[in-house]
Amino acid sequence: MNVTELPIHDWLPIVFLGLMGLSALIYVVLDGFDLGVGLLSPLSKSESDKNLMIGSIGPFWDANETWLVLAVGILLVAFPLAHGAILGALYLPTMFMLVGLTLRGVAFEFRAKGPAHQKQLWNRAFFAGSLLATVSQGYMLGKYVIGLQTGLYAVLFASLVAVCLTASYGLVGACWLIAKTENALQKQAVEWARKLLIGTAMGMLALSVATPWVSPRVFDAWFSFPNIIGLAPIPLVSVALVIGLHVILKSLPNADDKYRWAPFAMTVALFILAFSGLAYSFFPYVVPEQYTVWDAAAARESLTIILAGTLVTLPMIVAYSVFAYKVFSGKATPLTY
Amino acid sequence: MDALLLARIQFAANISFHILFPTITIALGWVLLYFRLQSNRTGDAGWMQAYRFWVKVFALSFGLGVVSGITMSFQFGTNWPGFMEKVGNIAGPLLGYEVLTAFFLEAGFLGIMLFGATRVSTRVHTLATFLVAFGTTLSAFWILVLNSWMHTPVGFEMRDGVAFATDWMAIIFNPSMPYRLVHTLIASGLTVAFLLAGISALRWLWNDKSLGIRKSMRTGVYLGAALIPVQIIVGDMHGLNTLEHQPAKVAAMEANWETGPNVPLVLFALPDEETRQNNFEIAIPDGASWILKHSADGVVPGLNDYVSDDGAILHPPVAPVFFGFRIMVGIGILMLLVSWKVAYTLYKKGEPSRWEAYVLVGTTFSGWVATLAGWYVTEIGRQPWIVTGIVDTASAASTHPVPILGLSLATYLTIYVALLAAYIGTLWHLAKTAANSDEAKELDAGQFKGAVARALS
Ligand code: HDD
Ligand code: HEM
Ligand code: HEM
Repeated sequence: MNVTELPIHDWLPIVFLGLMGLSALIYVVLDGFDLGVGLLSPLSKSESDKNLMIGSIGPFWDANETWLVLAVGILLVAFPLAHGAILGALYLPTMFMLVGLTLRGVAFEFRAKGPAHQKQLWNRAFFAGSLLATVSQGYMLGKYVIGLQTGLYAVLFASLVAVCLTASYGLVGACWLIAKTENALQKQAVEWARKLLIGTAMGMLALSVATPWVSPRVFDAWFSFPNIIGLAPIPLVSVALVIGLHVILKSLPNADDKYRWAPFAMTVALFILAFSGLAYSFFPYVVPEQYTVWDAAAARESLTIILAGTLVTLPMIVAYSVFAYKVFSGKATPLTY
Repeated sequence: MDALLLARIQFAANISFHILFPTITIALGWVLLYFRLQSNRTGDAGWMQAYRFWVKVFALSFGLGVVSGITMSFQFGTNWPGFMEKVGNIAGPLLGYEVLTAFFLEAGFLGIMLFGATRVSTRVHTLATFLVAFGTTLSAFWILVLNSWMHTPVGFEMRDGVAFATDWMAIIFNPSMPYRLVHTLIASGLTVAFLLAGISALRWLWNDKSLGIRKSMRTGVYLGAALIPVQIIVGDMHGLNTLEHQPAKVAAMEANWETGPNVPLVLFALPDEETRQNNFEIAIPDGASWILKHSADGVVPGLNDYVSDDGAILHPPVAPVFFGFRIMVGIGILMLLVSWKVAYTLYKKGEPSRWEAYVLVGTTFSGWVATLAGWYVTEIGRQPWIVTGIVDTASAASTHPVPILGLSLATYLTIYVALLAAYIGTLWHLAKTAANSDEAKELDAGQFKGAVARALS
C-alpha cells in the first residue's frame, strides 16, 4: 500500500507510531548505557572505582527512564488495544522488569546514604536490579518480535534475545565508561568493551538468522526483490561498524584521550540500525501479526490534542536534556551534594 | 480471592506506597528553594546547612517516588483495561500532558539541582531548584485533574459506551478539582512541615543545636502552624462540595442512615451494614446538620436513599469511609494543637522544651497517616464507581488469572515493606550522622547565645 495517499486522519496513527518508536529508541540507548554500567559494576576492582562508575550515571538515570514512561504512555494513550494485548501477554516479565528498575533505582540512594554495613547489600541490589531489568526487557522484546507466541520455541527465542540484549547494554555501558573515566578504570572499560563486542556481534548475527526463520512475514519483507537491494545497507553498515569498533578499541586508550567518544557513538549507530531493521520488519503492525496501527489507534480527537502538546514540549525537552548532559560533560567524579 | 479483589488490593497498595513520596517531594522542593534563597540573601551558614541535609532527604524521597511512579504508569493499563477502554480518550491526554510537561521537567533538572551546585552558577542552580519544585507541583496538578474528573465527570459525551471529550476546559476545571488540588497541596505542605520539625527535634534531642537545625525546626513548626487552619477551612469547603456532587460519600463519612433534619454529628460508632444502624454511638445532637447545612434543622442525606428497590447497595462501604475520615480529621486537630503550642514556645524562648521535642518526634509521620486516610475516604467513598456514574469498578478490572495476580501482589508487597523500612532506617541514619558531624558540634555553650540571636534575626 502507498502510505502517501492516505487521508490526513489516517496519518495520525503513523505519526504516533513514529513518536513511540523514537522514545523507545532513545530509551534503549540512554537507559541502555546506565543499565549497562550497572551490569558491569560488580567487575570493578575497588569501591572507589564503583563510586566513579555510579557517579558517571547518577545525574542522568531518572531522566533516562522517563523516556520509558513516555513510550509506554504513548502505547497506552494512542494504541489502547495494543497496550492491552502486549502488556497482558507479558504481565509477568513486565513485573520482573519493574522490580528490577525499582531495586536499582533505590540502590543509588540507599548505597550512598544508608549505614556503611548495608553498602554491600545495596551494591548487590544495584547489580541484581540492572540484570533483572535488562534480561526482562530482552525477553519481552523477543516475545514481541515473534508475535507474542507461547511455547518452547518462543521461550528459547526470547531467551536468546535476552542474552543478546544483555551483551549490548553491557557494551554501550562500557563505551560510556571509556568516554567518562580515566587511567586504570578506563583501561578496564576498553577490555570489557572488546569482550562484549564479540558477544553483541554474535548475538546480532544469531538474531538476524533466527528472526526470518521464525517469522515468514519478516522473511518475505526482507528477501523479496527489490527490497533486498534497498535494505542491503543495514546489514552491511552494521558489519562495517562492528569491524570499526574492533579496530578502534584496539587502539584505546591513547595518550591524549582522542576518540574517547568514538566507541560510544559507533555503538549507538549500531543500535539505531538494529532498531530500523526491526521497525522495517514490523511496519505497519503495532502488535506483530495481530493489530496494525490503524486497528489499534485511539480516537483521532484525543490524538490531535496530544500531538499539539508534543510538538510544543518535545523540542524543549530535547533542549534542556542536552543542557543537562553539557553541565555534566567531562570526566566523571564521585557524586556529592 | 477473586481477580477483581486482587487487582484492587494491588493497585491500592501500589498507589498508597507511591503517594507517600510525592507528598514529601512536592512541598519539600519549595522548602529547599526557600532555604536556597535565604542563603543567597543572608549568606548565613545555617541556611546552607539546612539545605544540604534536606536535599539528601529530597533525593531519597524522589528516588522512591520515581520508581513507584514508573510502576504506576504500567499498572494503569494492566490492572484497569476497562477504564482506559471507556474513558481513555479523556484520561489519555491528561496523563500524556503530565509526562510531557511535568515528569521530563523534574527529571531533567533534578541532576543539576542535586549534583550541579559546583558546576553551574548560583543563579542557574537556584533556577534548577525552582524548576524541579515547579515540575512536581505541575505533576500533582495534572494527576489531580484526572482524579477529580473521575469523581465529578463533566465536559464529555458518551458514544457507543465510550466517553468523548467535548469541552477540555470543563474537564480540567471540573467541580471538585480546585478543592482537591488545594487540599492535597496543603496536605503535602503539612506532611513536610511535621517531617522537618520531627527530624529536627530528634537531632535536637541528640544534642545537635547547630544553626541548620534551628532553622529547619522553626521552618517546620511555623509552616505547620500557618497551614493547618487553612487546611481545616479548605477541608470543610471540600466536604460541602462533595455533599453537592457525591452525597452518598458524605452520608458514609457521617454514618448517617436516614435522610432528615437534626442529624447528629457522630463522634464514634461501629456502623453495621447488616442491620443498617450504628452501634455504640457517641454523637453531638444536630452537629452534622450544623456543619453541612449551617442550621439545626438542615436536611442531611442518608445512606438508605442509596438502596435500590431490589435491594442492591449503591453507596460505598460505610466503615472504612467513616473511620478514615475520623482518622484524618483527628490528626488535623492534633496538628493544630501541637504546632500552635510549639510555635508559641519557639516564639517566646527560641527553643522547644524537652517534652515538646518528644511530641514533635512522635508526630514526624502524622502527615503520611492523614494523607493516606484522606485518600481512602475519597477513593472508597466513590465506590461502586471508578468514574462516578459512567464506569463501575468491577467492569473496569483486568481478567488476569488469579495465581499470576497473587504472585505479583505478594512480590510488590514484600518489596514495599522492605523499602519502607529501609527508607525510615536511612532517614534515622542520616539524622544520626548529621547530629554527630563537626557542624553540629561547632556550637559549644559559649557560642550558644550569639547563635540564638543570629538564628532569630
Ligand atoms: C496532611 C493531610 C491532611 C489533613 C491534616 C486533612 N486532610 Fe482532608 N484529605 C487529605 C489530607 C488531609 C488528602 C489526602 O489530601 C485528601 C484526599 C484527596 C483529597 O482531595 O484530599 C483528603 C480528603 C478530604 C475530604 C474528602 C473529599 C472528597 O470527597 O473527595 C474531606 C471532606 C476532607 N479531606 C476534609 C478535611 C478536614 C475537615 C480536615 C480538618 C481537620 C482535613 N481534611 C485534614
Ligand atoms: C489521580 C490519581 C488517582 C487515580 C487516577 C486513582 C484511581 C483509582 C482507581 C482506578 C481505583 C480503583 C477503584 C477501586 O478499587 O475502588 C482507585 C482506588 C483506590 N485509590 Fe485511587 N486514584 C488516584 C489517587 C489515589 C491516591 C493518591 C491514593 C493514595 C493513597 C489513592 C488510594 C486509593 C485506594 C486506597 C483505593 C482502593 C479503594 C478500594 O478499592 O476500595 N488513590 N483509585
Ligand atoms: C494514577 C496514578 C499515578 C500514576 C500513574 C503516576 C505515575 C508517576 C510516574 C511514572 C512517576 C515517575 C516520573 C519520573 O520518571 O520522574 C511519578 C512521579 C510523581 N508522581 Fe505520580 N502517579 C500517580 C499518582 C500521583 C498522585 C496522585 C500524585 C500527587 C498528588 C503524584 C505526584 C507525583 C510526583 C510529584 C512525582 C515526582 C516524583 C516524586 O516527587 O517522587 N502522582 N508518578
